[in-house]
Amino acid sequence: MVNDRVLLQMSNISKMFPGVKALSNVDFDLRAGEIHALMGENGAGKSTLIKVITGVDKPELGEITLEGNIIHPASPRDAQKLGISTVFQEVNLCPNLSVAENISIGHETIRYGFINSSDAKAKAKQLLKQLDVDIDVTRTLADYSVSIQQMVAIARALNIDKTKVLILDEPTSSLDAYEVRKLFDVMLKLKKNGIGIIFITHFIDQVYEVADRITVLRQGKLIGTYETNTLPRLKLVYSMIGKELENLDSLSKMKGELTKRTEVEPFMQVKALGSKGSIQPFDLEINKGEVLGFGGLLGSGRSEAAHLIFGVDIPDSGTLTVNKKEYRHLSPLKSILNGIGLCPEDRKTEGIISDLTVRENIVIALQVGQGWFQYIPMKKQYEIADKFIQSLNINTPSPDQLIKNLSGGNQQKVILARWLATHVKFLILDEPTRGIDIGTKAEIQKMVISLAEEGKAIVFISSELDEVVRCSNRMMIMRDHQKVAELEGDKVNLEEVMQIIAGRSELEKA
Amino acid sequence: MKKLNSIIQKLGSNRLAWSMFALAAILLFNLIVYPEFFKITILDGHLYGSLVDIFRNGAPLMVLAIGMTLVVATGGVDLSVGPVIAVTGAVATSLIGLEYGSTNTPLFLAVALALGVAALCGFWNGILVSRIGIQPIVATLILYVAGRGVAQMITNGKIMRIFYEPYFVFGSGYFLSLPVSLYIVLLVYIVAWLFTRRTSFGLYVESIGINSEASRFTGINEKNVKLLAYTLCGLCAGIAGIIISSNVKSADGNNAGLWYELDAILSVALGGTSLSGGRFSFAGSIIGALIIQSLTTTIYSTGVPPQVIMLVKALVVFLVSLLQSENFRKMIGSLLNSRKGAIQ
Repeated sequence: MVNDRVLLQMSNISKMFPGVKALSNVDFDLRAGEIHALMGENGAGKSTLIKVITGVDKPELGEITLEGNIIHPASPRDAQKLGISTVFQEVNLCPNLSVAENISIGHETIRYGFINSSDAKAKAKQLLKQLDVDIDVTRTLADYSVSIQQMVAIARALNIDKTKVLILDEPTSSLDAYEVRKLFDVMLKLKKNGIGIIFITHFIDQVYEVADRITVLRQGKLIGTYETNTLPRLKLVYSMIGKELENLDSLSKMKGELTKRTEVEPFMQVKALGSKGSIQPFDLEINKGEVLGFGGLLGSGRSEAAHLIFGVDIPDSGTLTVNKKEYRHLSPLKSILNGIGLCPEDRKTEGIISDLTVRENIVIALQVGQGWFQYIPMKKQYEIADKFIQSLNINTPSPDQLIKNLSGGNQQKVILARWLATHVKFLILDEPTRGIDIGTKAEIQKMVISLAEEGKAIVFISSELDEVVRCSNRMMIMRDHQKVAELEGDKVNLEEVMQIIAGRSELEKA
Repeated sequence: MKKLNSIIQKLGSNRLAWSMFALAAILLFNLIVYPEFFKITILDGHLYGSLVDIFRNGAPLMVLAIGMTLVVATGGVDLSVGPVIAVTGAVATSLIGLEYGSTNTPLFLAVALALGVAALCGFWNGILVSRIGIQPIVATLILYVAGRGVAQMITNGKIMRIFYEPYFVFGSGYFLSLPVSLYIVLLVYIVAWLFTRRTSFGLYVESIGINSEASRFTGINEKNVKLLAYTLCGLCAGIAGIIISSNVKSADGNNAGLWYELDAILSVALGGTSLSGGRFSFAGSIIGALIIQSLTTTIYSTGVPPQVIMLVKALVVFLVSLLQSENFRKMIGSLLNSRKGAIQ
């Protein structure tokens, strides 16, 4: 299946950014008809390497050859012409164009000098069908969920006939298990056709499922390239982070102690909160010192529930009681004043304010809570920023660095710091570990539990069920936009949760 | 070569530096072809000269640019400032009346009411943009069209002359040998700076301009921030309107503030504030306004034929924009690099 013909060869690649050596003397090769996983923590240099291949960044040193010829891609479009097409980590599509237009843009079929739109539609439909996605391609992209958008991005990359190298940067991070399966089928098919695939992911299971070889980077350096079947998982993890993972063990111990506590003090009571077309009315109690997990498949209504509670979306039924006051609905500002915070799911569009500095991103929610005229003095702002940079271990050269220059995991920590700075009593974390390396992931999970230990109420939402189960004392399970069960104590285990999600509701059992 | 390149790169990161460089270049050009340009004479205890003229004639534009900066930073634009200038002048003039040496309304009240009307114009724009959700260009285009009509209704379609001397102080008065309008600019700048940088307003404006969705999640009230930005922009246009009508001693519904909206937007852009919103700099916009004004003065004083004035102005603006463009600097940078390679 895998032949040894080298398709893409990168040798001795070095890339400097101001103050950081993002890549130093990295070698990498991709064979025709192989799936080659590129692994490493955030900031290891994976994305930079991809940017070098696709012509976004120019390396200071080194050489790239494609089928034996030296290439100098100057832009992603240039790379595409050479046969290298890429699905970037963040969905890079035009939300206000139709699905078909998004897929065909740049490779339109022209007939009589006009774009042949019926052809584009048919083509888009057929490409999506390969991925088992059956949607109306004439509707605008923004009408669809993030996961569908991701599939569209992949379909777009496949729309290039002469693709030799396909790069998938975290393609699965917003897909559910079934969609991942579909994607893998397509990858295997492409592989058979002799296309070389570079696959970047944080999911170790997925790597072992599809990858032929694995290349590990750490801090911009090549650690090694291995045949997948000769590399034990533990060794892979070890080589990625360079240290043992003792974090995860202590995590379950910590949670154990948290669960032992008997007295619970309610922070918020949610009654029949709902919104037509988005989520069925649900009741919920949120307690201090407790991690409450929201479980369910992607699109089951987890984030929508969080948005209704925090008040970014306005519910049309029900009430919320917090600090002895009953509200028909909250708003972000009212939430802040009541000590509630939300780390949103979509970090790029709902979380970070890219052109503001780390300091400004940290203090902004605190400032909003204090009002327009109680401006936090500069000195105090730096104190707050420095405190959280240190305590959350945020990797940034200075508090004045623009947040867009930080890696995903560090951006997430800044958002976390933003809410901790407001002295939240209740923090909702929506996918706080998405697209983040294992080291930081464990750090964040640990932080979640220690926040609960301090007496804060936490809602924890994640697509990775074992992560929710590991961290939560109690869980609300959602399916098809409604709450189907609430689990407590020993019942919070993977098997139970999976069964409920798969269709056995508490009601049916009774 | 490498040094030059790195200097270009370093300078490039600071857009303010480029606008100052452009301003200095224009002034230097004047110094060479027209040495008299920098001559400042004292007449009756007032300073006179081309430099003083630039500041004095540029005052309305500088005030306007400060207001426009706020709106642009939220990711919007205000096309109606020119007509608002005309409306303000008309309101002030009609309140003062046409009698020689006297006024129908106390001067303070007349100016305050005129500024109030200007702020109301801005408030109206703000309501359309923030509450009704009309796109800024379209929303302010409504007042752009309506504004001149309103101004002409107030002035009955004629140019109204003012004969009340105390009113002339804003546009043509002097205080401690310097034009009063300069002090107005300074005051507006200081107040605007304090109001944006010593309250959280400036941070909110930038935050919304960069990412309004994420700003909503942090609890920022986008609607009120935008409403305030447009209102303040209207107020600034009003101040500019008072200076202009005071300077020409009349109100002209048709021509007062004509094309000023474009110069104001250009000043903001030249000053390094991105028209897509976000980070802003009042100082940059003021320098931008000075570039435009000194260009106009230069063109007049060097005797460029009037029919090519617009072209010369466009050319200089084009050059400044090139200097500020990151892509252009990269092009130059790689050009220098490849030449270096050839030498080796």
